[in-house]
Amino acid sequence: MTSQAAILGGADLSGALRVRKPLRARLGPALLVAPLLAFLVVGYVLPILGVLWRSVDNTEFRTELPRTVKALASFDGGDLPPESAYEALHQDLVDAQNARSVGIVARRLNLVTTGYRSLILSTAAKAQAMRPPYREAFAAADPRWGETAIWVSLRRLSRPVVPDFLLVAIDLEESENGIRHVDPDRAIYLDVLWRTFEISLLVCGLCLVLGAPLAFLIAAKPRWSNVLLTFVLLPFWMSLLARTAAWVALLQSQGLVNKALLELGLIAQPLALMFNRAGVLIAMTHILLPYMVLPLYASMRAVPIELVRAGISLGASPLTVLSRVYLPLILPGITAGAMLVMILALGYYITPALVGGTQDQMLSYFVAFNASQVLNWGLASALAVLLLLVLALLFALYRLLARVAGPVPA
Amino acid sequence: MNSPLHVREFEKRRSEASPLVRFMGVQKSYDGTVLVVKGLDLDVTRGEFLTLLGPSGSGKTTCLMMLAGFELPTAGEILLDGRPISRLPPNRRGIGVVFQNYALFPHMTVAENVAFPLSVRRMSRDVIATHVRRALDMVQLKGFDQRKPAQLSGGQQQRVAVARALVFEPELVLMDEPLGALDKQLREQMQLEIKHLQQRVGVTLVYVTHDQAEALTMSDRIAVFDRGEVQQLATPTELYEAPRNAFVAGFIGENNRLPGTVISADGEWCTVKLEDGPVVEAVRVGEHGPGDGVILSLRPERISPLADAGRHANRFPAIVEELIYLGDHLRVRVSGVGRSDLVMKIPNQAGDLALRVGSSVHCGWRREDVRALKDDPR
Ligand SMILES: Nc1ncnc2c1ncn2[C@@H]1O[C@H](COP(=O)(O)OP(=O)(O)O)[C@@H](O)[C@H]1O
Ligand SMILES: [Mg+2]
Repeated sequence: MTSQAAILGGADLSGALRVRKPLRARLGPALLVAPLLAFLVVGYVLPILGVLWRSVDNTEFRTELPRTVKALASFDGGDLPPESAYEALHQDLVDAQNARSVGIVARRLNLVTTGYRSLILSTAAKAQAMRPPYREAFAAADPRWGETAIWVSLRRLSRPVVPDFLLVAIDLEESENGIRHVDPDRAIYLDVLWRTFEISLLVCGLCLVLGAPLAFLIAAKPRWSNVLLTFVLLPFWMSLLARTAAWVALLQSQGLVNKALLELGLIAQPLALMFNRAGVLIAMTHILLPYMVLPLYASMRAVPIELVRAGISLGASPLTVLSRVYLPLILPGITAGAMLVMILALGYYITPALVGGTQDQMLSYFVAFNASQVLNWGLASALAVLLLLVLALLFALYRLLARVAGPVPA
Repeated sequence: MNSPLHVREFEKRRSEASPLVRFMGVQKSYDGTVLVVKGLDLDVTRGEFLTLLGPSGSGKTTCLMMLAGFELPTAGEILLDGRPISRLPPNRRGIGVVFQNYALFPHMTVAENVAFPLSVRRMSRDVIATHVRRALDMVQLKGFDQRKPAQLSGGQQQRVAVARALVFEPELVLMDEPLGALDKQLREQMQLEIKHLQQRVGVTLVYVTHDQAEALTMSDRIAVFDRGEVQQLATPTELYEAPRNAFVAGFIGENNRLPGTVISADGEWCTVKLEDGPVVEAVRVGEHGPGDGVILSLRPERISPLADAGRHANRFPAIVEELIYLGDHLRVRVSGVGRSDLVMKIPNQAGDLALRVGSSVHCGWRREDVRALKDDPR
C-alpha cells in the first residue's frame, strides 16, 4: 500500500485515479434521454411557444394587405390618410377579393370593432368597379371611409405584432389616448380570471379540510394505510370524464343524492346540485383530493410520533403542539399539496363544463370556446398566456415561500 | 402557597416519607389478550436513579409510557407524589422525558428547543433566556444555541434532549434507552455525565436500558424485567452477588449454569448433585428441597485454579481446554465436574500462570459463591 502510494506520488493520487471518459461514454446519458427531450420539445415547448406567438402575431393580416401596410407607415391618425393610401387599399382589396381571402381581413377587423366585417366585405365587393379618385369612391361606398376610426384600426393592425388580444384578455384596449378599460358590458375576462381563482382556492381549501384528517389517519395507522391508500388512489384508475359523468348521474335533480334525500324525507324539493357552483366544487374536490392527500401523507409519515409526545411531555397542550411542532413540520406537505391542487384546478375545463352553469365556467373554458366556437385563435392564445402567467406567478410565490420557510430536515 | 405553616410542614413530611412514584398492581395489554405488563408493584424513591433493565420486548418502554401518560394501564393505578394520575393528561404531569431518538424539534434551534417547555409555561423572555443558558452550560453546549439539531453530532443532540427535559426543573425525569444510538466510547462517557448530572441536580430518574453494564454503571437500584414482570429489584451489588433467580443471574454479568438435583437442603445451605458430576455445596436461594431440580450459578471470576483451590469446600480436578489472553485477565475454558464448558476468569497478576491447553488443574470455589437457583421453568 505504502509503496504504491509513493509510486503514484501521494497527493497526486486523486488525479491519477480520475479516469478520462471517452466521448461515447459521456454522450451515453444524453442519448438515453434524447427521445424524451425531443418529445418534450416537439410536443410541449414548441406548442407553448406557438401559443405565445399566436397571441400577438399579425402576419396573416399583413400579407393580405401588403400595399396598405406600406402606405399607412407614415400615417399618424390625426386626419384622413392621403389618396395614395386609398389607392393601396383599393388594390389590396381587389386582389383579396380575387383570391377569395378578403374574409380573413374582414373577420380580423371585426374583432377590433363590431361591424367592420360587413364594411370590408361590401367595400371589397364594389372595389372592382371603383374608379379614381378612390377617396371619394370609398366614401360613396360607405360613409365610414370618410372617418378616421377605420383608418386608425387599419394602422394599428398593420404592425407585425399587436397587443390587442393580450389586452382584451385583461379587459383593456388600445385607444387614441393610450390603453384604457373596455366598456363594462364587454369586460368579462377579469371576472372569469377572478372566478377561476375563487373556485380553485375553494377547492384547494376543501381538499385540505377533507384530506388532512384522512392523511393523518393513513399516516398514524400503518395497519390500515394500505386499504385507505388504495381508496385514495382508486379514482386515478378511472378516466376524468367517467368520474365527472358519474357525478352528473349522482347530482342531477333526479340523481341518486336527491332521490336518497327525498326518500329519507330530509328534503321536500330536489336540491339544485348541478349546473351551479355547488356541483363544480363537489366534483372538482373529489377529483383533486388525492393530489392533496398524497403529499400530506408523505410529510406526516416523516414526523415521528415521539416529536408530538416530546412536545406534550414538556407541558404543551395538544393544540400548542399542533401549532408549534406538527404544523411547521408538515408545512412542506401542505404547500406542495395546495400547489398541486391549485395548479390543476386553475386549468380545469371538462368538469365545470359538464356540471357547472354559465356562471361557473373557468378560464380554460373560454380558451376552448374562443378556439373552437368563435375561431378567434388570437384571443384563445392570449387567454392561455394569461393562465400560464398566473401559474408562473403562483409557482414563483411557492418557491419564495419555500425559501423563506427554509428546508426542514425530516 | 399560602397554606398555614403546620399544613405545609405536614405536606413536606408526608411527601418525604412517601415514594415519588408507586406502581400498584399495574397491568397493560395492547390487544386484550397478551399482558405486556403483568401486575407491576414498584416504588421509586425520591432522588434515586432507578433503572428498568431487561431484554427487548420485556415491557420497559410500556411501563415508562404509562408513567409519562402516553399509555393507559389496563388495570391498577400509578401514584405520583401519593396521588393517582390515571386521569391526569401527560402535559400536566410535569415529567421530563428523554426519548430514544432524542425527539428534538428539527425546525427549532437548540435554544428554541430548550426554551420550549418554558415558553409553553408562559415565562417571561428574560427568565427563559437565563434558564436556557444555564441548562446549556450544564450539558456543556455553550455556544451551540443557534444551531439546528441536524447540525449537531449524536452526542450533542443527546445533551440537548437532556437539557430540554431538565430545564423546567421537573421532579421526575424518564429516559428510554437514551444512549442506544451512540457508539460505545461516547455511550460510556455519556453514562457518567448523565449520572453525575442527576446527582448534582438531585432529580429522580427512571432510566430504561437493555444494557446490563450501563445499568450497573449508572443506577442506585435496578429493576430487572422479563416478560412483563420484575424479576428482582435491588442495588447493582446485590443483583450481581445475590441474584434471586436464574434469569437475573444470567442477565447480569456472566455465569456458569450447572444443572443438578438437590440432595439435602438445610436453611441457608444445600448440597446438589450435578448432572454427570460431583456433589457441590451451595447457597440455597428460594424454597427448594431434596429431589428438586436446580441451576447452580457460578461466576467465572469466583473459580480459582491451582493451589489456593484447596482451601475451598468445593474442589475438583479439571483439564484446560482453551485459553484466551485478554490482557488484564485470562479466560480459561476447562472440562470438569461433568461438563466441558466451565469458564473461569483469572486476573493477570503474575504475567504467566503456567497454564497450558491440556494441562490438569484443580479448580475450586467457596460455597458462598455458588447459588442454587430454582430451575427456570422455561
Ligand atoms: N403500541 C403497541 N401496540 C401493540 N403492541 C405493543 C405496542 N408497544 C409495544 N407493544 C408490545 O409490547 C411488548 C413490550 O414492548 P415494550 O414495552 O416496547 O418493550 P421494551 O421497551 O422492553 O423493549 C412487545 O411485545 C411489543 O411488541
Ligand atoms: Mg423499548
